[in-house]
Amino acid sequence: MSEDFVRRLPDAGFAYRVRDSGSSVFHLDVQMILLLVAIASYGLLILYSAVGQESAPVTAQSAKIGIAFVIMVAMAQISPIFYLRIAPWVFLIGVIMLVLVMFFGTTVNGSQRWLRIPAIFSFQPSEIMKLMVPMILAWYFHDRHLPPRMKHLFWAAVMIAVPVLLIARQPDLGTALIIGASGLLVLFLAGISWRYMVTVIGAAVVSSPALWFVLRDYQQGRILTFLNPERDPLGDGWNIIQSKTAIGSGGLFGKGLGEGTQSHLEFLPESQTDFIIAVLAEELGLVGVMGLLILYLLIAGRGVMISIQAQDTFGRLLAGSITFTFFIYVFINIGMVSGIVPVVGVPLPLVSYGGTSIITLFAGFGIIMSIYSHRRITL
Amino acid sequence: MAEPLVLKDHSGESQVYFERIVQGFGFLLLLTLLLVARMFYLQIVQHDVYSTLSDQNRIQVQSLSPVRGLIYDRNGELIADNIPSQRVTITKELVDDLDETITALDKLIGISPSQIESFKRRLARRQRPYESVPILFRLTEEENAKVSVNKNAMPGVEVEAKLVRHYPMAELMAHAVGSVRRINEDDAKRINAIDYSGTDHIGKIGIEKYYENELLGKVGYRRVETDARGQIMGAPLDQTDPVPGNDLVLHVDTGLQQAASDALGDRRGTVVAIDPRSGGILALVSKPSYDPNLFVTGIDFKTYASLRDSIDVPLFNRATQSQYQPGSTIKPFIGLTGLVTGMAKADFAIEDPGWFKLPNNQRLYRDWNWKKTGSGGHGLVNLDKAIYRSCNVYFYQLATKLGVDRIHEHLTLFGFGINTAIDLPEARSGLLPSREWKLGTRNEPWYPGDTVNIGIGQGDILVTPLQLASAVAILANRGRVVVPRMLLAGVEPALPYRQRLADVELVPDHVWDLIIGAMEKVVHRNEGYGENGTAWAYIGRDIKYRMAGKSGTAQVVGIAQGEEYDEELLNERQKEHAWFVAFAPVDDPVIALAVLLENGGGGSRFASPIARDVLDYYLLNERYRVAANQAVRTFNE
Repeated sequence: MSEDFVRRLPDAGFAYRVRDSGSSVFHLDVQMILLLVAIASYGLLILYSAVGQESAPVTAQSAKIGIAFVIMVAMAQISPIFYLRIAPWVFLIGVIMLVLVMFFGTTVNGSQRWLRIPAIFSFQPSEIMKLMVPMILAWYFHDRHLPPRMKHLFWAAVMIAVPVLLIARQPDLGTALIIGASGLLVLFLAGISWRYMVTVIGAAVVSSPALWFVLRDYQQGRILTFLNPERDPLGDGWNIIQSKTAIGSGGLFGKGLGEGTQSHLEFLPESQTDFIIAVLAEELGLVGVMGLLILYLLIAGRGVMISIQAQDTFGRLLAGSITFTFFIYVFINIGMVSGIVPVVGVPLPLVSYGGTSIITLFAGFGIIMSIYSHRRITL
Repeated sequence: MAEPLVLKDHSGESQVYFERIVQGFGFLLLLTLLLVARMFYLQIVQHDVYSTLSDQNRIQVQSLSPVRGLIYDRNGELIADNIPSQRVTITKELVDDLDETITALDKLIGISPSQIESFKRRLARRQRPYESVPILFRLTEEENAKVSVNKNAMPGVEVEAKLVRHYPMAELMAHAVGSVRRINEDDAKRINAIDYSGTDHIGKIGIEKYYENELLGKVGYRRVETDARGQIMGAPLDQTDPVPGNDLVLHVDTGLQQAASDALGDRRGTVVAIDPRSGGILALVSKPSYDPNLFVTGIDFKTYASLRDSIDVPLFNRATQSQYQPGSTIKPFIGLTGLVTGMAKADFAIEDPGWFKLPNNQRLYRDWNWKKTGSGGHGLVNLDKAIYRSCNVYFYQLATKLGVDRIHEHLTLFGFGINTAIDLPEARSGLLPSREWKLGTRNEPWYPGDTVNIGIGQGDILVTPLQLASAVAILANRGRVVVPRMLLAGVEPALPYRQRLADVELVPDHVWDLIIGAMEKVVHRNEGYGENGTAWAYIGRDIKYRMAGKSGTAQVVGIAQGEEYDEELLNERQKEHAWFVAFAPVDDPVIALAVLLENGGGGSRFASPIARDVLDYYLLNERYRVAANQAVRTFNE
């Protein structure tokens, strides 16, 4: 199969591996790494303040970032061709694990997300899907004519819908929506016509009232609270009122690192995880938030550059969709904390405390670097 | 592969991709712009709003309760005190299962459904999370110990101590001092929430109500930084100390109050004693009474209902709120009116046949010793005898001669029909009828028969025991008006008068001599059957000082024409009320009083011994003589 693949490449035989810089020896992208280190350091600084200036959680988080970094480097060494080859199988395994979670999963906080293999490890199969849904679609469109035809769109929709529905009924609506969005992003990048896109989005908007009745009580509560936080100021509304208060009271330059009263006096909930941007906004103000947003934009920009330079459909679509999905996380997290998006449990990429999401993110960046560093350059 | 190999158009594809990724990046910039706009709105435009909110979160203004002013009697005995009281509170956020915790507490110390209901109401009114809410007040030592021992098994449950009002004399002073109660929703609408932020109680009755502003004190503040659990972080940011309320000293004499209460015993009635030199109220007893401590932290409904619905109305202050016909105690005042207006002469006498009739009217107005046989009557009666023998017929005639207008004018001078009390907020005005009053309320003209009844204190005229005691004090002072008051010392500013009476002037000395002399004879005259003072037989035989008095009997049910009054036929609640008013010593009065015994029967026989007991206690006890003189000096200063 790899023979066929190589033969289909237009410039096969006239290409060689890029060896123009030291970084490509290790299949890494220096610019991307510098940006990641910058944002992770910024994140650790905020975390250090958010946990009350204790070093233990910061050390633990640094260790997780270190592990994630190693994984990223490892992922970068693997050729995109290999990813292309294994994509359908890994996707299939992922779907099977989601089904297993349905029957054997561990329930935490009322939703069944974790698959536990006793005494070895436990993890969330939905986490794999964050990478596998874009990858399987990129694989699917790789040797098909673009823009995709109706028939292909149908199968693509199935590949998105199966994992999304399985995750949605865990229930983990936030992750399901984001994975669905990452799939749609691939379709968008693959060039489906605007007419289709408008139809799909229009249908989603029209059917959203019906969706209301499918939601569980706490999910309905979150949406009602989003629309009117004063509905239950000591209960559901508390989080959003307090996070807006933290952000707003920060002003232009903030109250100073470690001086945020909302977070340190524990008015702000989840200040180390999902709501950590509010700590930044309170302590370093609008300036601090703008700095972080610029770093995120630079990473997204670098991802976009790499995807443009990618030489095949698989690489382009995969790098592009991973980059955009990453930014959608940023938008949804900051949007929910500042009250323009309903509260869904989405962490702030590279900043929120926690291991799983960071490993997935770095793995994604590893794939992007692999795509970048395994290019062949035509003479 | 069935399909023919189709070569992809790679450059076209990358062109399409390029367009899309640029569009996507544009969209991404748009989202970033949206976030920046949102942050700009929150952090710059709304910055002040959220800064305030953040400070309100973090900075807690804690009120510091002022200590309520204490209340003493004239001898320095404590009437109203503040003692620490333990209460059980629950902090909802620290509790695993609220209902379970309440059930556990119920098993431990017993909590009624109504207490749970009011707890839930208080819980719903909470301002912030982690605010503790009281569920049970006034723990006994035993309950306190039980909760404290089991506290670890019930997270969120705490025992807190707070100073609350305590009345060490319980029932004895209830009607004299009044009480504080928990602030209810109606109060909350009326009062300034800031002034009351340090306390749960407000003076509701009596002295506690009238001097509320003085007793309350001024609330203090402490601004502290707290976390979301309400835990205080570090030292207070600033502090204003509370100012304790003023202590009050009352004219009341606890010993005299006790003596009056003992003299009444278990009977329903009231004693009001006034120092005629100052107007200070020495004793104000209304029985039956109640324990005001019950109301301080909230009384349970059953106990409250039994007090409220009791036929004896213990919550009702008979001394200031209850209005009775004065009966024959009005006679000295009518007699004085007669002499002053010239309608009566000291040496003018009538022949009393035992009854009186108005011209052209068949209605028979009887004397108290009238018999169906036609015997009875007091024989030849002048004003002096008409008072010490309490002759009705003389006063029927005199009242008829005077007419209602003169009676109204002169009785008003003694405070009848007027509430003259200063610091007894519940006191009522009684009723002194007049032509205008009758036309206004009943739309009827005044009939001569109405005047006849007023002559002996029956009919429409009503007085409170406090009012009658004050009128007697003015009589004892020979016209110098004093205003009945509870407060002896403690509050600086002058008290506002409800309606200040002018001294009773233009009354010649010989008029005072006659009236007071006749009242003295009521107690001391011993000239044989039919000539003794009406009270002599009951209190005059062995009295050690000179007392002026007058008995009275107020009818509760009307007696039909031509019928003799038969005590046996009337059940207890229909029996007449017994009055006795007095002051002593006659030549230098230091105490004036009014005694009323509800359904007590004849005034001389049943009420005068109570008056004697009270006066004996006051006048024959050297310690109290000295204390009383000291109090008058304090008052004059």
